[in-house]
Amino acid sequence: MRRTRPRPRRSLLPALLLGLLLSCAAAAEPAPVLGIGYLAWRPPPARPVASTLLDPPPEDEGVQGARLGLADNETTGRFTGQRFALEERIVRGPEEALEALRGLAAAGIRLVVADLPAPLLLRAAGLPEAEGVTLLNTGAPDDALRNEACRRNLLHILPSRAMLADALAQYLAVKRWRNLVLAVGPEEGDRLYAEAMRRAARKFGLRLVADRAWTYDPGAQRTDTGHLSIAAEAARFTQGTPAHDVLVVADEAGQGGGGWGGGWGDGLAYRTTEPRPIAGTHGLTPTLWSRVHEQWGATQLQRRFRARAGRWMTPRDHAGWLALRAIGEGATRARSTDPAAVLEAMRGPEFGLAGFKGTRLTFRDWDGQLRQPVLLAEPRALVSVSPQPGFQHQFSELDTLGTDRPETRCRLP
Amino acid sequence: MPPALTRAAMTALLLLGAAARAETVLVSNEKDNTITALDGETLRVIRTVPVGERPRGIVLSKDRRHLFVCAGDSDRVEVLDLETWRVVRHLPSGPDPELAALHPDGRRLFVANEDDNMVTVVDVERAVVLREIPVGVEPEGMGISPDGRHVVNTSETTNMAHVIEVESGEIVANILVGARPRAVVWEADGRRFWVSSEIGGTLTLIEREGWRVAGQVGFAVPGVPAEAIQPVGMALSRDGARLFVALGPANRVAVVDTRTRQVERTLLVGQRVWNLALSTDGTRLYTTNGVSNDLSVVDVAAMRVTRSVPVGQAPWGVVVRP
Repeated sequence: MRRTRPRPRRSLLPALLLGLLLSCAAAAEPAPVLGIGYLAWRPPPARPVASTLLDPPPEDEGVQGARLGLADNETTGRFTGQRFALEERIVRGPEEALEALRGLAAAGIRLVVADLPAPLLLRAAGLPEAEGVTLLNTGAPDDALRNEACRRNLLHILPSRAMLADALAQYLAVKRWRNLVLAVGPEEGDRLYAEAMRRAARKFGLRLVADRAWTYDPGAQRTDTGHLSIAAEAARFTQGTPAHDVLVVADEAGQGGGGWGGGWGDGLAYRTTEPRPIAGTHGLTPTLWSRVHEQWGATQLQRRFRARAGRWMTPRDHAGWLALRAIGEGATRARSTDPAAVLEAMRGPEFGLAGFKGTRLTFRDWDGQLRQPVLLAEPRALVSVSPQPGFQHQFSELDTLGTDRPETRCRLP
Repeated sequence: MPPALTRAAMTALLLLGAAARAETVLVSNEKDNTITALDGETLRVIRTVPVGERPRGIVLSKDRRHLFVCAGDSDRVEVLDLETWRVVRHLPSGPDPELAALHPDGRRLFVANEDDNMVTVVDVERAVVLREIPVGVEPEGMGISPDGRHVVNTSETTNMAHVIEVESGEIVANILVGARPRAVVWEADGRRFWVSSEIGGTLTLIEREGWRVAGQVGFAVPGVPAEAIQPVGMALSRDGARLFVALGPANRVAVVDTRTRQVERTLLVGQRVWNLALSTDGTRLYTTNGVSNDLSVVDVAAMRVTRSVPVGQAPWGVVVRP
């Protein structure tokens, strides 16, 4: 980035704001405040020792993005006479999360941004009290939620694992790097990521020449001569693999520095038997957002976020921002802060969200997934953006990523 | 004729032609941090002038002696002297100026500050900020009514056209338009203006009377995905009967009948077409193509693209200096 210094936000004089409201909002009748819930489950870190001291996951990850989205909505609301409120509920346990959702529903909130793992998200969406509440999923990339386990009251802001895997696979196909070795971590997320990668490989004509489980323990970085044991593990793992072009890593927990455990994926590059690039959760990574992204005006959003949060925007933050902006845009288009009207506008054919990806983002009507391009980034540079040119589709090229209408297993009543 | 003579004759002809047209095409190159000046007749590059970082919006001064250059990453508007080809002054502009419009009085420059949700009004003679007007998120396009009474600003994330009364600095109307509005173009009689929406893929026509939306225009180009149709820069034909619209990554310029609001045709130009400018006599349209790094030239009467002229890296803004 050429310039990243955060700027102090110019404080707008409240009096000026009031004057503005009075002078220009004459057209807009005072509408009720649109209450939006923000529900996140932040479990205590699973492992006491993170695999690296770099980039510990911020305590306020996700909610900072939602707060910025709220601020952006409020700026627009100054002119439309619409007001928004964010009710934050950040909890430590699953039962607490369900209780918080019941509370939000009882308070009349109908739109809740949910940063929850898939099983908990499903329980939340299935609560009798949550009937009539729509959850905007910013925490679970699981494909099942977009397929057999889909629900009417879920909208998915995060790209699914299938979308991420397809985005990477398209790029590898374009590069003709067709032979892959897959390294799969022990966690459930790793298994699902690998499954998405296998399916994407079939879809785009790539070949998995080896598909191996990573079974070694992480966390040797801080022991003396730990680098030797890491290098030995990587060498043992990659020895005797058939000829391949890319090593694809599935270590979700280790993504972005491994603060939640995992992190073995960082120990492969430059230590493999054959000199091959790393992709997947490490190396060249398909992602919703990256601090390297500056295209299509993204610099503006990066600066706004940094000025407010004092740190970089993570994918989870970006999902929070997108969720709030989707609601804000729905309210603008519906000219209403009634949650039902807002939701109808969001799901409607005219809806289009500007999300700094160079194209309008819309919701798929068959599974509630936000249709979006996927960035391919390495830690310090944007490498590409999928869909790749040439992957055509009769309806939208964005539907070459993830589960398309003809193959969805989602059956909504 | 011996070759040397031929060349001399050709040069003389070219010089005559240049004298007849005597206009300069000025292009801002976002990536090079330069302004390219081309001879309006030969379309040869006369010179390339270094300016501040990330120059995008460019505006000619009223006396045509200077070019105001929004150098976004340098956080200032630079004043380029078009005779000495030097940056002679900086104007305070607020952070990250992207686009600007000059009031007909030639003194007040209205600058969109993408970073802090403000429109800054700058006195270009005294180089002072006269006023800051809070608008929506990521202000972008600027259009001043021909009578100078109103300035319209678009905000990209708020998706509105804000109508600001010039004298009071008050916002008198906020009009919802398609997603990520970019450019504003007023019709010559000052009764209507057009707003392009990049992500919405539409144009909105707004009447001054009551600040009402009078209509919308959508686009469809065979073989081009709908998402790639992203209207940005606009220019009216001399008679005002047609509006030219740059469609961004669709690599097309659309020609819209301003009366019927029908899209008459689309013209294939260079890649990622950003902005448009008409030659002084109205016979040619210049387009900046951000990805193919060239300027396309459209013969307006024939409605044909006749030339492509290489300029700097990532050309963005274009103005014609008579």
